[in-house]
Amino acid sequence: MAFQSNNALVRWIDHRLPIFTFMNAELNEYPTPRNLSYMWNFGSLAGIVLVIMIATGILMAMQYTPHIDHAFDSVERIMRDVNSGWLLRYVHMNGAHFFFIVVYLHILRGLYYGSYKAPREILWMIGVVILLLMMATAFMGYVLPWGQMSFWGATVITNLFSAIPFIGPDIVVWLWGGFSVENPTLNRFFALHYLLPFVIVGMVFLHLWALHRFGSNNPLGIDAKGPQDKIPFHPYYTTKDLFGLGVFLLVFCAVVFFAPNYMGHPENYIQANPLVTPPHIVPEWYFLPFYAILRAITFDIGIPFTGIVLIDAKLGGVIAMFGAIAVLFVLPWLDRSPVRSGRFRPVFKQFFWLLLVALVVLGYMGAMPAEQPYVAISQIATAYYFAYFIVILPLLSILERPKPLPASISEPVLKGGGSVAGATAKPMEKP
Amino acid sequence: MLKRLAASAIAAASIFVAAADTPAEAAKAVPVPDYDFSFDGVFGTFDQMAKQRGFQVYREVCAACHGVRFIAFRNLMALGYSEEEVKALAAEYMVEDGPDENGDMFTRPGIPADRIPSPYRNEQEARLLNNGAYPPDLSLMAKKRKGGPDYIKALLVGYGEPPADVELMPGMYWNDYFPGHQIAMPEILFDGSVTYADGTEATLEQMSLDLATFLMWTAEPSMDQRKQTGISVMLFLLVFTGLMYAVKRKVWADIH
Ligand code: HEC
Ligand code: HEM
Repeated sequence: MAFQSNNALVRWIDHRLPIFTFMNAELNEYPTPRNLSYMWNFGSLAGIVLVIMIATGILMAMQYTPHIDHAFDSVERIMRDVNSGWLLRYVHMNGAHFFFIVVYLHILRGLYYGSYKAPREILWMIGVVILLLMMATAFMGYVLPWGQMSFWGATVITNLFSAIPFIGPDIVVWLWGGFSVENPTLNRFFALHYLLPFVIVGMVFLHLWALHRFGSNNPLGIDAKGPQDKIPFHPYYTTKDLFGLGVFLLVFCAVVFFAPNYMGHPENYIQANPLVTPPHIVPEWYFLPFYAILRAITFDIGIPFTGIVLIDAKLGGVIAMFGAIAVLFVLPWLDRSPVRSGRFRPVFKQFFWLLLVALVVLGYMGAMPAEQPYVAISQIATAYYFAYFIVILPLLSILERPKPLPASISEPVLKGGGSVAGATAKPMEKP
Repeated sequence: MLKRLAASAIAAASIFVAAADTPAEAAKAVPVPDYDFSFDGVFGTFDQMAKQRGFQVYREVCAACHGVRFIAFRNLMALGYSEEEVKALAAEYMVEDGPDENGDMFTRPGIPADRIPSPYRNEQEARLLNNGAYPPDLSLMAKKRKGGPDYIKALLVGYGEPPADVELMPGMYWNDYFPGHQIAMPEILFDGSVTYADGTEATLEQMSLDLATFLMWTAEPSMDQRKQTGISVMLFLLVFTGLMYAVKRKVWADIH
């Protein structure tokens, strides 16, 4: 339907730049499957959190000093002397944690309901790019307050690049801008921490563009058969998203106002000291599964019985860690099953929940010292993580017999028999 | 079922993540008791008099070795002191300033805008005068140690004789709660170490509790304001969320 307006100015502008038509089509009329569950709330939540991060970040950047002698004190100044500075900082700091909670749930949703499958491969891959950018942004942001964990986290992670054969050590010096994590390192991390969120915004637009090409997937994983399967985004999903936002903010604000340091590490309230190594260098929780994968590779890979080492343990760990994300890029071509939703894939479903167990176990191991039995457990969980994508999903695509699919979204005739047309719109999914 | 397994794994992990911070240290240190503070919980606020008493003990005992470098005299008005009292207090300290028109640094009496001067000029001087040990700045102590104010209070009452099989290193003292148990700070606080201005009896229990309260305030001076704001925000959000739920129900009513 063409966009109509009573306002002459709006019509005048829209005729020349059809921005109102565009917004009306994409945010108002945009046809959306009628059966989306609350698992579909996390996309819009992630977008809102991104805006909150940028707003609080820019305001803090007006008081923050990116110099190793002043960064720590300037953050304390924000906490003490800047009007509502404590609020800005606690929202930004906890916002990063909640950003990852929301995005991880968003990704798990996609994994379970097969949202990465055709025709949404590019949409999915842009999502993985966003995840990578978020990780880089959060890592560099964590360095800015220049506490002990900031400094030592930066040292450990930048040192990983020295595992690259031949040019590794030079790359590390280039990353640092010197011969250790020093003032130039902090400066460039601040510059990039300011820049990358805006790259993320650009990526989010591409993500939404690709999304609106075919519309959302849904808990049944089947395509809409006609207009009866879809409802306009507004007012149905605007109200549902706002309700979800309310619930999210209740939890988020409870943490920000009553336990703002619960998810942080106390050690980061000690100013960075290159001469004192903390007893335990632990990344933030959202990196722990990947950190565990990094440390799970404790063996060299080479030609058996010759003693020739092709990939030493350190490089192997780095490859595995980046591989854990890289494998997501090719996921659409690993899982060839034509059925999207895990709901109709009885075997897939079991392996999916096991993947979640493996991820939780990895997160737990990432916080443990690199000793036995933790290393062995990490190795098993790491093996499962990769096997899930590289072995299990391709095999299931051939071997699994999915349950019969419902005929359409509005008439899931196969679901428990006597359901009435349209009855699926209301019940909220509990996968 | 695997789904349930996943759910319980997540629950276990979230409890665990909170506890897992420093397993290596946890093995060495005794768990810190959970003391009752006026500022505990969602509705807890700082006890104004406890902060004042804590500041008094800090000033008369701890300030010999420890600074609170993030605190300016003017901040002390948040403890309930008047502007005149703060001015008078600041003037008791000599503060380095300058350079003057001859290019020389000079000292002058403090003003409310000055930070409370630390006892040593730098870490080197601090170590020189403390047999190589470094008394850390206390302003953020309640946030940079696990257990925060509970740990500080425990540390102050945790001195005692070492177990028979432990030989203390020279210049070290036994403390139940310090990681590794051997601390370079002597037992410094005893019943009656100070005479409280407000007449409260200065027992070790009382003084350590007051100090922990004062140091929680130096670490997080905006805590009262934060919780107060938080309560209004939560009330607003409850109404907002309830309203949105009703609107959503209403809008979706015609879908089924
Ligand atoms: C004679 C000097 C001296 C005085 C007075 C003193 N301290 Fe200390 N304090 C030290 C030294 C030295 C250390 C470092 C101990 C170590 O690292 O072994 C220390 C460490 C500490 C720590 C940190 C423990 C840790 O976890 O690292 C706290 C907290 C502390 N003191 C509190 C106080 C309080 C409160 C007072 C006042 C009642 C006080 N101190 C008075 C010398 C002193
Ligand atoms: C993708 C969005 C963003 C994420 C995930 C993110 C993440 C983080 C994290 C984890 C920290 C450390 C918090 C702490 O422990 O103290 C931080 C600090 C900081 N960020 Fe961001 N950030 C984002 C966007 C921005 C933007 C757009 C700016 C604008 C310049 C910004 C400015 C800052 C500043 C100045 C600090 C230092 C103050 C502090 O440490 O609290 N951030 N960020």
